[in-house]
Amino acid sequence: MLSYIARRLLATIPVIIMVAVVVFAILRLTPGDPAAILAGDDATSAQLAQIRQSMGLDQPIYLQFIHWVGQLLHGDLGVSLLSGTSVAGMIAHRMGPSFALAVGTIIVTLIIALPLGIIAAWKQGKLLDRAIMSFSVFGFSVPTFVVAYLLIYLFSIGLDWLPVQGYKPLSAGFWPFAERLILPVLALSAIYIALIARITRSSIIEVMGEDFIRTARAKGVKENVVLIHHALRNAAVPIITIIGIGVASLISGVVVTETVFNLPGLGRLVVEAVLARDYPVIQGLILLFSLIYILINLVVDVLYAVFDPRIRY
Amino acid sequence: MLFKFKRLCAGPILAFSAACASALLLASAPAGAQTVTAVMQSGLRVTDPILTTAYITRNHGYMIYDTLFGMDSHFKIHPQMVGKWSVSDDKKTYTFTLRDGLKWHDGAPVTSADCIASIKRWAQKDTTGQVLMTIVADMKAVDDKTFQVILKKPTSLLLEGLAKVSSRPAFMMPKRIADTPASQPIKEFIGSGPFKFVASEYKPGLRVVYEKNKDYVPRSEPASWTAGGKVVHVDKVEWVTMPDQITAANALLNGEIDYIEQVPFDLLPMLKGRDNVKVEVLDKLGNWTYYRFNHLQAPFDNKLVRQAAMYAIGQEDVLKAMVGNPEYYKTCAAVFGCGTPFASSYGKDEVIQSNIKKAKELLKKAHYDGAPVVIMHPTDIALASVQPVVIASALRKAGFNVKLKTMDWQTLVSLRDSQKPVSEGGWSIFCSYSILAASGDPFNNTTIASNGKKAWAGWPDVPEIESLRRKFAFATDMAERKAITARIQKLAIDEGVIGPLGQFVVPAAYSTKLSGVLSSPVTVFWNMKKAK
Amino acid sequence: MPVSANSEPAIGASEGLADLPGAGTPVSSSGPGVWARFRETLKSGPVLFAFVILVAIVLIAILAPVLGTVDPVAINPAERLRHVSAAHWFGTDAFGRDTYSRVIYGARVSLLVGAGATVMSIAVGLLIGVIAGYFRMADAVIMRVMDGIMAIPNILLAIALVSLTGASLVTVLVAITIPEIPRVVRLVRSVILTVRTEPYVEAAVTLGTRVPRLLFRHMVPNTIPPLIVQGTYIFAAAILIEATLSFLGAGLPPEIPSWGNMMSEGRMYFQLLPGLILFPGIFLALTLLSVNVLGDVLRDVLDPRMARRP
Repeated sequence: MLSYIARRLLATIPVIIMVAVVVFAILRLTPGDPAAILAGDDATSAQLAQIRQSMGLDQPIYLQFIHWVGQLLHGDLGVSLLSGTSVAGMIAHRMGPSFALAVGTIIVTLIIALPLGIIAAWKQGKLLDRAIMSFSVFGFSVPTFVVAYLLIYLFSIGLDWLPVQGYKPLSAGFWPFAERLILPVLALSAIYIALIARITRSSIIEVMGEDFIRTARAKGVKENVVLIHHALRNAAVPIITIIGIGVASLISGVVVTETVFNLPGLGRLVVEAVLARDYPVIQGLILLFSLIYILINLVVDVLYAVFDPRIRY
Repeated sequence: MLFKFKRLCAGPILAFSAACASALLLASAPAGAQTVTAVMQSGLRVTDPILTTAYITRNHGYMIYDTLFGMDSHFKIHPQMVGKWSVSDDKKTYTFTLRDGLKWHDGAPVTSADCIASIKRWAQKDTTGQVLMTIVADMKAVDDKTFQVILKKPTSLLLEGLAKVSSRPAFMMPKRIADTPASQPIKEFIGSGPFKFVASEYKPGLRVVYEKNKDYVPRSEPASWTAGGKVVHVDKVEWVTMPDQITAANALLNGEIDYIEQVPFDLLPMLKGRDNVKVEVLDKLGNWTYYRFNHLQAPFDNKLVRQAAMYAIGQEDVLKAMVGNPEYYKTCAAVFGCGTPFASSYGKDEVIQSNIKKAKELLKKAHYDGAPVVIMHPTDIALASVQPVVIASALRKAGFNVKLKTMDWQTLVSLRDSQKPVSEGGWSIFCSYSILAASGDPFNNTTIASNGKKAWAGWPDVPEIESLRRKFAFATDMAERKAITARIQKLAIDEGVIGPLGQFVVPAAYSTKLSGVLSSPVTVFWNMKKAK
Repeated sequence: MPVSANSEPAIGASEGLADLPGAGTPVSSSGPGVWARFRETLKSGPVLFAFVILVAIVLIAILAPVLGTVDPVAINPAERLRHVSAAHWFGTDAFGRDTYSRVIYGARVSLLVGAGATVMSIAVGLLIGVIAGYFRMADAVIMRVMDGIMAIPNILLAIALVSLTGASLVTVLVAITIPEIPRVVRLVRSVILTVRTEPYVEAAVTLGTRVPRLLFRHMVPNTIPPLIVQGTYIFAAAILIEATLSFLGAGLPPEIPSWGNMMSEGRMYFQLLPGLILFPGIFLALTLLSVNVLGDVLRDVLDPRMARRP
């Protein structure tokens, strides 16, 4: 197992290189000119060319790539083309809100979705099952921004329980931090609760038909122990997979939530940087995302082996 | 804040209430510090107002920099940083003496050398400045507070350039900063304006913080536009970027922010009639929107086809779709703007109404062969994404073969540079908008520049307009200037240099705790008071 | 334990769907076949309701030109933002376009987006995932490539595609599908990993079963149930991602109505003219509800062990 983990970590390097090359290529091939944002709308071609030169954008693409990789090897992610601030600094500053949002969503989702899925599997075919599944479908029938607006309308404007928007770091106090995250986490969780409840139900139903479950019941084991101890363990693999996928897709999921609730996180930064063609920022962010995905997938794969002894690497 | 708490703690969060209350109290601002929190039209990322003409950067400029001259709401020029000034009898030598007590934010005094360097940098980029420099013989410092500008010929462009309100005001900076070449962004943000830039709290695209410059010496006259006394009554101004406009409106209603610079028209019903929010148009002059033809490629390289398009497009439909409420828009054919000194109504029948019949006739006369018209359609800029859709519909009715090409603004800006034909990825029409305060004369108004391939994208080639612009620079008589601009208007419409789509004003909304909010074409935060 | 397709043939084999992997061979010899089981589930109220709704929506999509009252693209700024009326059954939007017609035509586009993304990502993902799950050598390489693809945010992909080729249905579909493929691959691979150590697989190998048959006749059937769940999710996610891309400014060209971009365009009027979000939203919710209920039913029906449950 340890050697497996070591091999996986080593394999990180070629992946990152591949991602870096692909993204670099996509960016440079996509029409767009960051010099134009700096220069303003009425700049003449000559002025734009001057600015492009000062940004280093007039050099051949492979040279720009080599320059960037060189910087990277020194641990330097470069500076934003537009504002001149350090990319590493921007990312570090905006990681907090995204991280808080993602972790909060994962916790809330697991707390709600796993029990819901187990109960639905237990009562399969009955009204409770259909009700839970139908209710959870609403979680992903509605776009996140609609859920977000509804929550704001109800809880901020209507009941005045929570603020509409904004983010305060933990250093400003636990409650100011938490109260601004409640609605965003709820809005974002809706879709993941639906997904994980369903896959939990489905996987457990798969397993419940097994002989060993019949044996356990015949032995007189109580139903909830059967469910949790025997069934859930065996159903773990697909459930963990989906959780892993869910966590990974949170990164794109946070964009809308951060936009509506005005959280200064990485999701928004990606969109702003892409729309402005701020190449160093986009490249830095995508490297970060690759690392995160690789790590998440590694953890998921390791957990497979933990839960299911049949899986060997 | 405590009141909101009592309702929350009624729930199961009882245990937290004590902790919450104390945490809140600890986290609240020190007593007496007044901060105005404003949501501006976009995030600030570029902080060099000479390099870029983005409106947000210009507004940033007005916070921390000052100008030699300012303009009031009657378009009259007044000295601002300048105390006394005089011009020689032959009108070629201007002598300026700075006011007493002007200091940079780092404590150093403002000197003539600083001002001369700043004027030079500004003139490198600004169209008025560029023309000015061809007429300037010399600029020299007489002493630390007095300097002279010597012209080759008399022109009013000097004062008009130094006083212009937008898009590239002549902001004064310390010499060491102003010596940065105009193709590179400045790295230090020291000015002599009424606010100081708090660099440690600046988060590009997210947040900018300004604090009151306690050493600022305001003039004694009342404030009007960018002239008069810039007296600051609050301690801090914080600009917050809020990407979602509904959230911004809700935040204003909830008291979480104090000011929204531009309220989307369709959200006004949410904010009007509330007793804690005031909706007001601060820039009463407003903006105008327009479309540009690509004069180099078919089909708009043909004058008759351009005319046909201009007849087909109607302003009312565009403005209705873009603005909605007639209280905030009006049709106008003047390329220099209705309500400005050089407004002219030539061409209003062609440009304002939609005359599909006439358009079809002209297309026939021009032997239009169905060549595709590519209209670039940006979806991420609210005030430029509606016009293309309406224009496409109007042109189609007249028989044009229209392709609406949807993209983001960045792509549009880079595709716009292409002079290639449509079949190779070129374009035929794009739309944009500008503030009228920057469009009122033939230099500020870059849309009518017609020097062919050197002009702004669209590349109209009308040599007579260019010679008229040069004439304007030396005309000092108002009647002569009006004649020149009227002729430019006629040429611009006839040749399809620019297609006016009408004018509109954008309302701001702010908390009733704020008072003294100034009407001005550029957003300013002096004079503003906030109730405790 | 997952089911092998090599157990006793059943009575159900003679009913039409015998060549559906795993379906025609239930474990019990006394249970009914797939089609019969499906008809049985239709007897339940909610399932029948879902089936009817889905059929209705597909019909609406097909019959859009007949059912729509007005050209969905025709703008009419003088009539913008109107409430429900006799002339405009669902009101009008910010350009004066008729909401009802746009919802009807939007059904086509949204169903296409959902179905297209689902079918494409599952087809491609299944193939890649099976290879990754079974062939150890390929596993390492493929999964690392998938990791890489996942890291590319779909907004970047969407904008890149849109700016290269112009916004269209195809670019949005591709932008939505590509990030979904790695997820399908991971799911398929995880099932294959579990299954490949099964005794019956060993038995099949010993019997000389060729690899393709081994993979597709014996192992793939086990991926079907989670894939169906994943598929219903992708269907929903695709339509919602399309709405998000419109929200961010990189979605379908506004001329093409879809429920997603109608909701995104209409969000400004959420508190003033909620119909702009509600009408497409209700249709969307109903569609996704039916797809999910029927997906559950399909999953249950295809699982031969269901025949055993009382």
